[in-house]
Amino acid sequence: MAIPDRGFFRIFSQSAQVPDNALPTVFNIVIPSEARNLLFLPVRGQRMSLAHRIIPCLDTDGARVVKGVNFVGLRDAGDPAALAARYNAEGADELVVLDIAASRDRRPTFLDTIRSVAAELSIPLTAGGGIRSLEDARSVILAGADKVTVNTAAVARPDLISELSREFGAQAVVLAIDAKRADDRWDVMVRGGRDSAALDALLWAKIGVARGAGEILLTSVDRDGTQLGFDVPLTAAISRAVSVPVIASGGAKLPEHFAQIFSEGAADAALAASIFHDNTQSIRELKHFLAARNIEVRLPC
Amino acid sequence: MKITLLDYGAGNVTSVERALRRLGAEPQRSNSPECIAKSEAIILPGVGHYSALIRALDQQRVRAPLVDALHRGVPFLGICLGLQVLFKSSEEAPELQGLNLLPGSVCALPSTVKLPHMGWNQLRLTRSSRLLEKISPEAFFYFAHSFAVTDSNGESVAFCHHGSDFAAVIEHKNILAVQFHPEKSGDPGSRLLQNFLAVCSGS
Repeated sequence: MAIPDRGFFRIFSQSAQVPDNALPTVFNIVIPSEARNLLFLPVRGQRMSLAHRIIPCLDTDGARVVKGVNFVGLRDAGDPAALAARYNAEGADELVVLDIAASRDRRPTFLDTIRSVAAELSIPLTAGGGIRSLEDARSVILAGADKVTVNTAAVARPDLISELSREFGAQAVVLAIDAKRADDRWDVMVRGGRDSAALDALLWAKIGVARGAGEILLTSVDRDGTQLGFDVPLTAAISRAVSVPVIASGGAKLPEHFAQIFSEGAADAALAASIFHDNTQSIRELKHFLAARNIEVRLPC
Repeated sequence: MKITLLDYGAGNVTSVERALRRLGAEPQRSNSPECIAKSEAIILPGVGHYSALIRALDQQRVRAPLVDALHRGVPFLGICLGLQVLFKSSEEAPELQGLNLLPGSVCALPSTVKLPHMGWNQLRLTRSSRLLEKISPEAFFYFAHSFAVTDSNGESVAFCHHGSDFAAVIEHKNILAVQFHPEKSGDPGSRLLQNFLAVCSGS
């Protein structure tokens, strides 16, 4: 639509309803709150909208970052806390930490990792990998995570999503979906993308949201590790089918890939690991690249 | 300065605590009615479901001392749900009563946009603000919520927009509140907390 939904057009394009509790002025004229905001508003010329998020991901074995490890300029290259501090300073909008080994006996180590990472951050932290129960999620949140991701365990027992959402709120529950192309649709893959769950990804995304997931972390198994760019058809299909934000993951290399996934792919956020870890791509430069293409990002950061 | 961080058991207060400590404050976590009654400043960080917070305030017998402290003029900062409980009620749990300290109520954001409103957004100031002092008007703050105060009037010093306008920053005498998470909002968030500490110390 050509008419912006802000500013003066809004006054004329909507019937201004006077709220019950609108304050009377000295002239005893009631001004609807919408109009009053405008009257008192110093014009800034800025467009206000939700920024597209850039999210680095740390894949750990519980203690150390294990994927895309080719770090530059870090004393302790695989240390999650050192990387977290760097991303916090470089303008990352959030951070994701995954325990890709997710073995039971290493869980205490992963919780220590979350604590040390959280201590470095003034941005939100999502943690996941091996979360099978309410108690698993609680321990991760108490260690400092704002959100948890669930994947294989949620496919096995969808009630897990509902339980987490009731307990911590939808905003804390991220449904991670690993999807792989199968003819004209996408299959949900589990156990680290190895096995098919014989479940349609689009359907699963809708079920997950209906059960209370507040966000979807969507990884294209076909694109992951290829550096060919995000999976645009997959992301667009899921993002347009659900009412919650979608984080695209898998295949990122170039700034153009990010621009494309935000525009054509309708992604709300984009996640990558190795290109950030090895400094192939600076987060701040990436954001300037996107801003120059009129894609809303958080700047300065 | 005895700053109480109201820890009702459901929220992750660690990050707020850490952010305050970085600024040199020494907040004390508590949910005891006695401690609330003696506080010189109170911060209520809230995440999760509205009903969990309201029920906790009642079960832990914190509601009365909290309301009493706010009436006495004790500086208060509500964060996210901590803003929403200041109003009469919320569509998230219509059967429950909020603290009813400010006119207005909490509504679901319109379903024409993606919900939760999750991520970094900017504010639109309507008048000068103590909490936003020396913070760039272009600054982004981190939001994570599906409900908001869409009909607040005089108390909103800044609005945000996601599907509809809603109160992002509220300042009413000693009662200050933000819909976003300053403890997750990088440097501008830290500055906002510092501004609250300045309000507490009367400077």
